[in-house]
Amino acid sequence: MRHLTSIRELTKDAAISLLDNAQQLSQVNDREVKKLPALRGKTVVNLFFENSTRTRISFEVAAKRLSADVINFSADSSSVSKGESLKDTAQTLEALGADAIVIRHPLSGAPKLLAEQDWISASVINAGDGSHEHPTQALLDALTIRQGFGLSQDLSGLKVLIVGDILHSRVARSNILLLNLLGATVTVAGPRTLIPVGIEQMGTTVNSSFEDALSAKPDVVMMLRVQKERMQGEFFSSTAAYSKAWSLEGDRLAMVGQDALILHPGPMNRGFEISSEAADDPRSQVLRQVSNGVAVRMAVLYRCLSGEQL
Amino acid sequence: MTSLILKNLTLPNGSGADIEIEKGRITKIGSVSGSGIDCAGLQALPGFVDAHTHLREPGFEASETILSGSRSAAAGGYTAVMAMANTSPVTDTAEVADFILDAGVRAGFVEVKPIGSVTKGLQGAELSDIQGLSESRSKVRMFSDDGVCVFDEDLMRQALVAVKAFNGVIAQHAQDPTMTVGAQMNAGALAAELGMAGWPAEAEESIIKRDAELAEQTGSRLHICHLTTAGAVEVVRWAKARGINITAEVTPHHLLLTEELVRGYDSVYKVNPPLRRLEDTLALREALLDGTIDVLGTDHAPHSREKKECEWQNAAFGMVGLEHAASVLQEVLIQSGASWERFANVLSVKPAQIAGLEHQGQLSVGSIANIALIDPTAKRVIERQTNSKSVNNPFAGITLPGRIVHTIFKGRFTLKNTQIQEQQ
Repeated sequence: MRHLTSIRELTKDAAISLLDNAQQLSQVNDREVKKLPALRGKTVVNLFFENSTRTRISFEVAAKRLSADVINFSADSSSVSKGESLKDTAQTLEALGADAIVIRHPLSGAPKLLAEQDWISASVINAGDGSHEHPTQALLDALTIRQGFGLSQDLSGLKVLIVGDILHSRVARSNILLLNLLGATVTVAGPRTLIPVGIEQMGTTVNSSFEDALSAKPDVVMMLRVQKERMQGEFFSSTAAYSKAWSLEGDRLAMVGQDALILHPGPMNRGFEISSEAADDPRSQVLRQVSNGVAVRMAVLYRCLSGEQL
Repeated sequence: MTSLILKNLTLPNGSGADIEIEKGRITKIGSVSGSGIDCAGLQALPGFVDAHTHLREPGFEASETILSGSRSAAAGGYTAVMAMANTSPVTDTAEVADFILDAGVRAGFVEVKPIGSVTKGLQGAELSDIQGLSESRSKVRMFSDDGVCVFDEDLMRQALVAVKAFNGVIAQHAQDPTMTVGAQMNAGALAAELGMAGWPAEAEESIIKRDAELAEQTGSRLHICHLTTAGAVEVVRWAKARGINITAEVTPHHLLLTEELVRGYDSVYKVNPPLRRLEDTLALREALLDGTIDVLGTDHAPHSREKKECEWQNAAFGMVGLEHAASVLQEVLIQSGASWERFANVLSVKPAQIAGLEHQGQLSVGSIANIALIDPTAKRVIERQTNSKSVNNPFAGITLPGRIVHTIFKGRFTLKNTQIQEQQ
């Protein structure tokens, strides 16, 4: 595995082995010295064309725990704002010694393009591209679900419900693909205007009612972060109306099974798509998702840069 | 100039013959005594006519010039190209049209005839100087805002009325802009997965339907550029059944390539209108075979590297097409059992009629000698680099049948034994 730009690039075995590696690496977090020499001498560049402090820090911590050097390159403070092309930016970073480029980009497909065109030889890891994919998020979610149910292999038999703005969500797309790969059953729910036409073909059923979807007793309820500004006008009548129909709160929280897990990729809009009550519920996995994010990114960086499993 | 004799070729109707050319005209078809160029095994066809070429000059010479585009056309078997109006300045005046006409004559590889824009500056707000263009030295007969749709319905109606005076034609780029804001690819499941805004088939079909009705009301000629959907085929079929004066075009890429190619986000596959589903491709091929679609138009749209070597969403729409069009048509038509006469109709006779080119689309005694000679048995791997200045070639690496061996324009070789012949 040289790049990771889409879950489509993974086989089931490769995905499980990445999760296994991440599971082992998550123990480094509990050590007194939280560092392994695995990627000493390697340089990882976080190339972020879009702000995402959390994801950037997570990749940075992951790379540093493996002893790699980390360079953070933010597009707005760089020559990109002067009109430099993606190709030139990437080639410049490689000339500076980058072995892996972790890229976040507002346009769908930019990481795949960088990986597949003959521009650079560095590894390319997708840290979220437009409304396409966010593969490491899906992997950390899968690891969290696996841990939550005490599983060691795949997720077969589990029912996962993804709720919110599916149309604009790269987290949803990567999760639909990975959860299917791992044998789980996926349902997405949200306002119809925020569910892309044809999404069923990725391997999901669509439900237009949160209550109805919850009555099917999903094992996992994954709430998506919702951009408030999108919830008025073109896609939905108002933010209040959105919250009323699609927030995880009150009676809906009561419908979530006692053994079910509640996931959210963060950062949460408390009181909007998720109530504080739900966010702080013992079933909520939000903080475990964050720590698993570091472990998964360590596993991905290691696999891409060393070409080996642990 | 002495006579040129082409020996032992095959005519579109399948019979063998020699062709004698003198002073730029075909003087004899049949058995011609005397020595000449052996064309045994070669299929003779009237020189190809592309009713849809972007030559990019004036304004975008980094992508193509009238000379480089003309050379590419000759290499593809063409003897005439219709130059689309989205140049800079736009071809909305006689001056720009005549500049293109003259540059085409200077290049000398093919007949270059300008298409006038329907609206000033392609802005869709007011009509171009349609009469002035028609009365210019270029005698413009075809008008198109290709690249953008003439969306204002009343303006479209007025344009159809305006060209009726000289039996002109409006070539419409059918795309409802309100349904395709930010659209990047065909709408549907793949667009959903790839996270890009989709281009619904209805955006194309609704405009064709509307314009067919306008053509019916005005009695004017309407040509639909680049059909891409199964539904669009149905609309054209309906319009023709009603007797509406409508013709339809398909591109080589929409006949062979599908949206699956978008998966890698390689912008060489980014084109307007977009690559569609396999079932659309199959419907287009069927429509070409049954005559619902009249002509092959390349929509040859060269773009310099920097306009393509970037993120999909930032890349320009378009792909080159002049040098593989005939091979694609052979793959689709001949290999499905259609005749070379039908091939000649689609690639030469009919586009010449639609565009109003008097000296094209004929292979008969007395006509100007515009001839393409194909080796239909050849197989070739399409190369990325062609005679075009640009390399946005989606067919690179694909094996296709047929090779253009000779192209003769006004009695002179522009391509001989597959080699471009520089013109004096």
